This record gives sequence, C-alpha cells and structure tokens, in this order.
Amino acid sequence: MKVIEIVKLLRLSAATGEEGLDREAETGYCGDLLSDVMANSKKGALWLTIQSHQNIVAVAVLRELAAVILVNGRMPDEETKIKAQGEGVPILLSPLPAYELAGKLYEIGIGRA
Amino acid sequence: MPNLTKRYPIKARDYLKAGEVSIQIQGLLKIIGFAPDFIRRVSLCAYEAEMNVVMHGGDGELTLEVDTDRVDLDVRDAGPGIEDIGLALQEGYSTASEEAREMGFGAGMGLPNIQKNSDSLDIISEKGKGTEVKIGFIA
Repeated sequence: MKVIEIVKLLRLSAATGEEGLDREAETGYCGDLLSDVMANSKKGALWLTIQSHQNIVAVAVLRELAAVILVNGRMPDEETKIKAQGEGVPILLSPLPAYELAGKLYEIGIGRA
Repeated sequence: MPNLTKRYPIKARDYLKAGEVSIQIQGLLKIIGFAPDFIRRVSLCAYEAEMNVVMHGGDGELTLEVDTDRVDLDVRDAGPGIEDIGLALQEGYSTASEEAREMGFGAGMGLPNIQKNSDSLDIISEKGKGTEVKIGFIA
C-alpha cells in the first residue's frame, strides 16, 4: 500500500517529505533505540517512534524505510524537518501511542503475510 | 591497490551531522552498482562505526576503500579507547553518556551489529590511545 493511502486511511498528517508519499509501505517496525531499528527494521517499513531529532532521518535513509511516523503527538525538531525534506523522507504524525497505531496498521493489512 | 579510496572526517559529539558520512557512502556504492543487500550491510556498519566516533571517539576519520569484489572501512578515532574489547562486543553492554542514551543511542548494539553484518572485523584499541575499527565486506 502506498504511504499516501495510509495517511488518508488513518488520518495521519505529513510534517515533511511529501514527495516520498508515493512510496510503497510493506511492513512496520516500532522502536526508539536507533541501533535496534538499524538492526531489525526491513526495507520499505513504516517506522513508529517517539524519537523526533534529526538522526532519525539518517536511519530512515540508510535502512530505506518508507516513512517515519512520530507517535504520541510528538513533533519533529526544525532540523529534522529540514533534513527529511532534503532526503525526501516522509515524517508523519499521529496522536496515538505506538501500540494502537501499529494495531490499526495491521488491521489495514500492513505487515500481514 | 584498491580502485577507490576516500577519507571522511568525523567530529565527536556532532549529533547534527551524524550519519551524513554513511549516507554519502551509501550513495556512492549505489552509483558504483553494488547489490542492494550488500549496500545495506555496508551502510549499517558505516553508521554504527560513525556513531561510535560521535558518541565516544574524540575526532576521527573513516577511510573507505572500494574494490571490484570488496569494500573495506577503516575507522580511527582519538578517543578514550576501549578497555575490554570482548565486553564491548557483548550485546547490551554500553558506556554511552546520558545525552546519547536520551537520543536513542547507546543501546550496546553498535559493535555487535557490525560483527553480524560484516565479513571481517578487527578492533585495535588501547585505553587512552584511541581506537581503530577495521571492517571488511566481500561483495
């Protein structure tokens, strides 16, 4: 499913990286430890996290993630937005906690074999 | 002699620029045309090594050597050195600062991640004399 469709279905908002909304999201990963996400996330994953600093962009680029979703109403730092825009990484926002949002993503088929 | 050698400086505690060297390397390896899974392995290790310098290292330098069938990373820093390399390779062991941990670094997974995703790893370090991490990948 394309990231843009997920944004519409789950009423997420896009903070930046609009040009990346056309990407395919295949699965998801929840994590706030960057090395854990580096080690265990899959290509094309949506990454659910509370980390909002600029280093999340490098992780998303290096792991070729579809998008980063900041949960619990977190907002990205200004530097994060600038970096994400430069790299074309969508940063999406949700007021829900990671557990609830992951459940909704699973319901719409993301990450189901 | 390798086909291509590039050197990238890494500044300690510069979290703003952290990861940029790895992104440059990823882009370069894509242009050269290595397989996507190979590039993912190299990028992951480059990132973990780069972050180790940012977090612990004092200033350092990453040297990338690219050949037709392999890539090597040599990361040197002028940091405090590793007291017990065996311990540093254990998943979960970390000496990262509170500042680094709050940002989601310092999970004690950096060197173990490198070990899992590379074909060779040599760590040369002495307390007070800095660290050299040599990482090899066979394409």
